Amino acid sequence: MTDWIPALEARGFGLSYGSSRILEEISFTVPTGSVAAIIGPSGCGKSTFLRSVNRLNDLVPTTSYDGDLLIEGVSVFRPDTDLVDLRLQVGMVFQRPNPFPKSIYENVAYGPRLNRLGSRKDLPTLVERCLQRAALWDEVKDRLHESAMGLSGGQQQRLCIARALANEPQVLLMDEPCSALDPIATQRIEELIFELKQQYTIIIVTHNMQQAARVSDSTGFFESGRLIEYGPTEQIFTAPTQDRTEAYITGRFG
Amino acid sequence: MINSRRVRRWTSNLMVGVVGLTVLIGILPLFLILGTLVVKGAGSLNLAFFLETPAPVGETGGGVAHAIVGTLLIVAVACLMGLPIGLAAGIHAAEFPGTRLSRATRFLADVMNGTPSIVVGVFAWTWVVARQGHFSGLAGSVALALLMIPMVMRTTEELILLVPNALREAALALGYSRWRTSLTIVARTALPGLVTGSLLAVARIAGETAPLLFTALGSQFMRTDVTQPMSALPLAVFAYATGPYEEWHRLAWASALVLILLVLFLSLLTRLATRSRFGSHE
Repeated sequence: MTDWIPALEARGFGLSYGSSRILEEISFTVPTGSVAAIIGPSGCGKSTFLRSVNRLNDLVPTTSYDGDLLIEGVSVFRPDTDLVDLRLQVGMVFQRPNPFPKSIYENVAYGPRLNRLGSRKDLPTLVERCLQRAALWDEVKDRLHESAMGLSGGQQQRLCIARALANEPQVLLMDEPCSALDPIATQRIEELIFELKQQYTIIIVTHNMQQAARVSDSTGFFESGRLIEYGPTEQIFTAPTQDRTEAYITGRFG
Repeated sequence: MINSRRVRRWTSNLMVGVVGLTVLIGILPLFLILGTLVVKGAGSLNLAFFLETPAPVGETGGGVAHAIVGTLLIVAVACLMGLPIGLAAGIHAAEFPGTRLSRATRFLADVMNGTPSIVVGVFAWTWVVARQGHFSGLAGSVALALLMIPMVMRTTEELILLVPNALREAALALGYSRWRTSLTIVARTALPGLVTGSLLAVARIAGETAPLLFTALGSQFMRTDVTQPMSALPLAVFAYATGPYEEWHRLAWASALVLILLVLFLSLLTRLATRSRFGSHE
């Protein structure tokens, strides 16, 4: 397996906002078709890491980074990286559902239409497929042209997932996708992650330890901007090698 | 205990009363103005008033069709010039707030907002009327557009800033370029507000008189060529009200009524425009 290329690889990645150091020496790999969970206390840099992968941090003017992040073996920081292409390749679902104030259909169709994925004729099929994959189709098929703002929080979040899937990304970033949802909606999203794993590589930031244990293949524990431990989920939760990791997952701090 | 609660309730009622009273005082002038105009002007309103140009001095009848057409044309041309610039500058200032360019535009817009409209008229006279060699509706439009740009820019900026950042991030994360995000998501979300701001600016400039005095000048004839001197409702009110004839005073009241109805109509449109189909994120 010498030519095995991971979906995501971090090589000594570090990041600063101005003079404050947020991330330091992060190195790990996520194989294609697996789910990686990132856990850790608030403010440890989990979200910042996630937002580095699709370079959403570029919006903060004072951001600087070192080391490297590679998607499918290609650095996201090359000078000729096209941010549009990168973000088509790497989809993102945010902490709070953020549908556009448009119709349900338009929310899903917006990405593919703008980025000219497939022909205009296939768009309704694509929208249906994405909504089905996000387990939302049955609930909204009769009101596709109503406002997305009328959906419940859990439905909105699944709509945001459908919207991200419509771009057919290779990697899906999820930044605490269930933190604003009730347990039932959370369960639906977790089932969804399980199904999506067949086709996508997923990196999920979560505060919910059980969730990390349930959905992920590998888990990384972040603390104060450092990756303390990374390994197969089962090992992290049953036999962590670092004291800090054990203290965190057993609830002794954080 | 009981006593202090009674005092509190009494104070609350008193304050509500005081606030209500100030509201009444605040809107009283509006009704006084409307009332006076209706009493003095409504009698002269008839179909001919809207369809005919002024009758020769000494004859009764005639209308202000030329001034209505003039106002509509001058304001329309002003919008063509002022709205795109004002909206674009406002979106830029809000989407790139820290840049030197946006800070400069913001400062200039504030200065322009504070400039007396007659000074803007002088400016338009120097740059359009003096060069063209004669007065024109176009010069009036330029003056009104200059008044409009800073108003539209500042309201646009405020409204764009209200759009939640989460929407920008969502669009960017879907692979939208920066400008597409600004135009298709951010501006689209703020659209009802932008329409409101623009219509309010239109209503404001439609009633401006000073900048038109030495640009559009005024005219007794129906004109649709904006390169020629034109009448406008505020100019007609000014000309008729300062004239010596009883008949002209009557026309002045009626023109003023039409002008204020026009502005009210625009405000009404504004209210309708703010009812967005998909609601906002607030």
